[in-house]
Amino acid sequence: MARLSIEHLRKTYGDLTVVNDVNIDIADGEFLVLLGPSGCGKTTTLRMVAGFIAPSAGSITIGERSVTTLPPWKRNCGLVFQSYALFPHMTVAENVAFGLEMRKIPPADRAPRVAEALRLVQLAGFDERYPRQLSGGQQQRVALARALAMEPDVLLLDEPLSNLDAKLRQEVRVEIRDLQRKLGLTTIMVTHDQEEALTMADRLVVMEKGEVRQIGTQRELYERPADRFVAGFIGRSAFLDGDIVAPGRFRTKGGVAIGCAAATRIGAATLALRPERIAVGGEADGLHNRFEARVEHASYLGAILEIDVSLSGPDAIDKDRMLLQIPNKAGIAEPKPGETITIGWAEDAGLVYPREG
Amino acid sequence: MTTTRPSLGRIALNAAAGLSLLYILLPLIFVTWLAFFRQEIPSFPPEGYSLKWFSAAANNQPFINGFLLSLQVGVAATLLGLLVGVPASLALVRHRIVLGPLFNTLLLMPLVMPGIVLGTAIYVFQIETEIATGLPVMGSQGGLIAAHTLVVIPWVVRLVTASLVGFDRTIEEAAQNLGAGPFTTFRRVTLPSIRPGIVAAGLFGFVTSFGNLEMSLFLVGPGRTTLPIAILQYLEWKIDPTVAAASLIQIVLIAVAMIVTDRYVKLSRVV
Repeated sequence: MARLSIEHLRKTYGDLTVVNDVNIDIADGEFLVLLGPSGCGKTTTLRMVAGFIAPSAGSITIGERSVTTLPPWKRNCGLVFQSYALFPHMTVAENVAFGLEMRKIPPADRAPRVAEALRLVQLAGFDERYPRQLSGGQQQRVALARALAMEPDVLLLDEPLSNLDAKLRQEVRVEIRDLQRKLGLTTIMVTHDQEEALTMADRLVVMEKGEVRQIGTQRELYERPADRFVAGFIGRSAFLDGDIVAPGRFRTKGGVAIGCAAATRIGAATLALRPERIAVGGEADGLHNRFEARVEHASYLGAILEIDVSLSGPDAIDKDRMLLQIPNKAGIAEPKPGETITIGWAEDAGLVYPREG
Repeated sequence: MTTTRPSLGRIALNAAAGLSLLYILLPLIFVTWLAFFRQEIPSFPPEGYSLKWFSAAANNQPFINGFLLSLQVGVAATLLGLLVGVPASLALVRHRIVLGPLFNTLLLMPLVMPGIVLGTAIYVFQIETEIATGLPVMGSQGGLIAAHTLVVIPWVVRLVTASLVGFDRTIEEAAQNLGAGPFTTFRRVTLPSIRPGIVAAGLFGFVTSFGNLEMSLFLVGPGRTTLPIAILQYLEWKIDPTVAAASLIQIVLIAVAMIVTDRYVKLSRVV
């Protein structure tokens, strides 16, 4: 196991930049998740670490070893593919032994390591089966065992759970996480599934359009999103567009004045609010930001009620619509469109991001 | 809908299929039948049955020589065809080659070109080569093998590209990730995956070479004839069932080769 450091990593295809100046340091034994929408450059970054894509610039260091120019077969990164990529003509044991064989480990020493790897993924006794005789979840575990058996410096997981059904995904998620902790594996996982990322990671890297938007723990990303994209991508946010008219004074497009944290630049801005930080009805009493909002639409979602409201009156140019989430407590009826409800939030609950034009 | 009474359409379809199959098999049936006739002149009904034509065919020296030559040429051409065709297929499928589709068409060309045309062209080419270099190309076994290689290549390119197109390349990446270099990856992962295509290509290439008549007619030298030519020459003088017996032996040999091959690779999955 080793630490991994990615510095100023960049990949361009002609005029198209798919990864731009990515810097990530991963500690020994850390589980890092690259998260972002499809096309954000997360898979390209992972494939550059594995050696399948040559970076246009930047460097990748595993432990003390610079691997930037090494071919994939000299990197010692165990990669688990989204499609598992098991060798169809080899048995489970032969698949798992392949990496050991490539390392010239004598057959007598391979067997116990194969058995150990299969035991770790709970597939002991499946040695002689062929991949086509296994279920998706079992194939996934063989792929994991194959990567683990060669004792890689880093473990790379490329959307490893996306081909599994929802129930199995939850199980395997926990298994991979436990195994990673137990073995102290430095791990990078790529996913577009937010819940998967949040439950598995020690730290997350949010990427968009080839760039790192923010690196941090779950709490840091949720409480202090670095920009509007992260605020909308990690968890949900209600957004209000408007302007900072004075320090600590936000005015919506519809003309509603809202108090916010003082340390913000004057100019066009977006105010982001976590739906659960918005108090409704009597709970809003005494809050500085307290408004009468008109209900536009209400949805019953089981555990929560989702209510779309507008802050400004029907005559305003912009109605300042925003989304609330209210816990579905006993006795609460969902409000009807046209009704007025009182909402409010603390000044420091709102996060302000500069906005184009 | 009842399942007990087949519809009129179904009956018509089966009848058409049966008729087509009969049309294909009829020559085969007649050749087989004829091989066992006792009389020398093939006429119906047979006067009786005999196995003597099989021993006649097996003891006919031109047939034996032809068979051995066809076998040698077929095997050599098939090996050479694979040696050229497999790398060509890999290049065509995996790399963006300038004029790739054109090369692909060119490599398949010998399959669609009439044998007479191909034979004439190669004949002229060999004459010119011999004049230019002074090497004994004309009528040589090497010249014959080179020409037969040409008719094997299209089969290799067609069947191997087909298996490569459906091949999941991430398993090659997996092998490299596990420490295998490009050559090991090819030998341990790529080759086993396209093996059915290669075996089928070898089989069909060999059969095409073995049965080739038109092209070979131009290229064989004195005292060096392939089996189809030996049969043709025999037919110029006699039409007794020896030829039918020799053909039947050939058909059986090829059928056995196909059945044996099919045990190891499912040909139906490739062709």
